[in-house]
Amino acid sequence: MAVQTFDFERPILELEDKIETFRNEPDDDPNAGKNLRRLEKELADLKTKVYSNLTPMQRVLLARHMMRPRSLDYIQTIFTDWVEIKGDRNFRDDPALVTGLARFDGKPVAIVGQQKGKDTNENVHRNFGMMHPEGYRKAMRLIRLAERFQLPVVILIDTPGAYPGIGAEERGQAEAIARNIMEMFTIRVPLIGAVIGEGASGGALGVGVVDYMMMFENSWYCVISPEGCAAILWRDAAMAPSAADALKLTATDLLELQVIDESLPEPLGGAHRDPKAAMETLRQALLRQLKRLSAKSVDKLLKERQAKYRAMGVYAE
Amino acid sequence: MAWFKKQQFTALRATTPRDRVPDGLCAKCAHCGSIVLSRDMEENLLVCPKCGRHQRMNAAQRIEQLVDPGTFVETHATLASKDPLKFKDVRSYPEQIRRYQKRSGLVEAVITGRGKISGIDTSLGFMDSNFIMASMGSVVGEKVTRVFESAIENRIPAVVVCAAGGARMQEGILSLMQMAKTSSLVAKMREAGIPYVPVLTDPCGAGVAASFASLGDVIIAEPEALIYFAGPRVIEQTIRQVLPKGFQRSEFVQEHGFIDVIVQRADLKSTLANILAILTHQEVAPAPSASEAVG
Ligand SMILES: [Zn+2]
Repeated sequence: MAVQTFDFERPILELEDKIETFRNEPDDDPNAGKNLRRLEKELADLKTKVYSNLTPMQRVLLARHMMRPRSLDYIQTIFTDWVEIKGDRNFRDDPALVTGLARFDGKPVAIVGQQKGKDTNENVHRNFGMMHPEGYRKAMRLIRLAERFQLPVVILIDTPGAYPGIGAEERGQAEAIARNIMEMFTIRVPLIGAVIGEGASGGALGVGVVDYMMMFENSWYCVISPEGCAAILWRDAAMAPSAADALKLTATDLLELQVIDESLPEPLGGAHRDPKAAMETLRQALLRQLKRLSAKSVDKLLKERQAKYRAMGVYAE
Repeated sequence: MAWFKKQQFTALRATTPRDRVPDGLCAKCAHCGSIVLSRDMEENLLVCPKCGRHQRMNAAQRIEQLVDPGTFVETHATLASKDPLKFKDVRSYPEQIRRYQKRSGLVEAVITGRGKISGIDTSLGFMDSNFIMASMGSVVGEKVTRVFESAIENRIPAVVVCAAGGARMQEGILSLMQMAKTSSLVAKMREAGIPYVPVLTDPCGAGVAASFASLGDVIIAEPEALIYFAGPRVIEQTIRQVLPKGFQRSEFVQEHGFIDVIVQRADLKSTLANILAILTHQEVAPAPSASEAVG
């Protein structure tokens, strides 16, 4: 399968192709080695230039990349002894979210992860990472379980939004999200989150009240998608890049707005270009933060969680 | 800033253009289209005398209907939006805010305060969909949060008349975080044993629905109010199906278990008072009209 690429990456791909062809051709030219090195240097420079000046919309596209590591990729790589726990014990299992028990650095933890598919078949099964109310209730079931057994909870966020459908509304999508948000303020174990791809609105926040929130640099988190915003404000989804600029939805923006606590760097060109490196970055960050949060008293943890969200918002008295 | 001070909620009693045709004599029902005398519509609490549809009410009208005369004290009246994202649009966000302020006579999409509902001292919020569809930005989130904090501090119940028709996109992620801020205070009210009763009015969706509007100890809704997480148009576009009749209306939402009580507007105040009185172990003060009738 061809790797999904975007328009802004075209010059890089062309150069990569050129180098590939160059390598595969037996060449008697005595300067071949020198030429190859020159081209490789050119490629490295070009990549740095393109990928270190990404626009917000380009980051949104990378956040949605088909090959971007998903929750289960991170879970299976940086955790051990993973046991998936399914179902909300009420209606059904929602495959758009995985929950389970595992060990991190040898210590027991619980994990909640929004899960997109890698291909069309899996995406249909996973509903493209769009959860139903039973998914939010399953998440809360696992978080309460974690609380009973003093397990910190690692939460991975990657959703284009909570599912807008008839069944979802009938079963109380609004209530499920609202209740999770409220209850997460009362959970007496550390909650630590990372946006690994898309963090769309209430769909993300429904599992997103945490003591420490991280965000990969090519992910986005906002009240609405750039396309949705463009359609409402300018009646034109093609204006999405302008909306992505205006909405301030990147990790850098959210750090500045003091909504997240840390931006995680990605391999050049996005996490999918070197998944192992991205996973190691998350592993290191989790190591630091779980240690720090676990050392706090529960009362302090809850007080600080409450105070953090209490302070969010900008207004004139 | 001077005109803020002049614009007390009491000055807003005149109905908005939505409710009244320009000559002020007649009003058109937003549902059945009947033209009725404005006076009849107002006497009927903006409920269409022909079809019974509850028309949208502004915050001042809500206060007048629900709060005992002379008891409402507004709080944080001047709390106003800023432009934290420097949101780039054809018209700047501060300019849009100013236009809505002029058009609605409001500073923002919610009026908050303290007052009595049939004698029961209550911490109050009234959302008004005339102001950017009562979308929740930092100001709405902050003021509603303070309604809950005041309820806890004074150990009185909280009532918020909820409305919202979308996200305050111009405040981006900060708008989303108001859901967390307000909901965290509902958690605190529960811990403190403070009763909280939201009243869901048409329309009540998006971030408000997915936070404090859905977290009441008892949830009241007006009849036929649209109550939703995802708007009907979004759903239709996603599933490419016609939605069932009555979908996302109060009665439908109640049937599915998410609304406790649906009341006609004429009975809203007495129902609220009854619930608040029971939850706070108080007696309901006899309504002035009832005592007059007796006297
Ligand atoms: Zn009518």
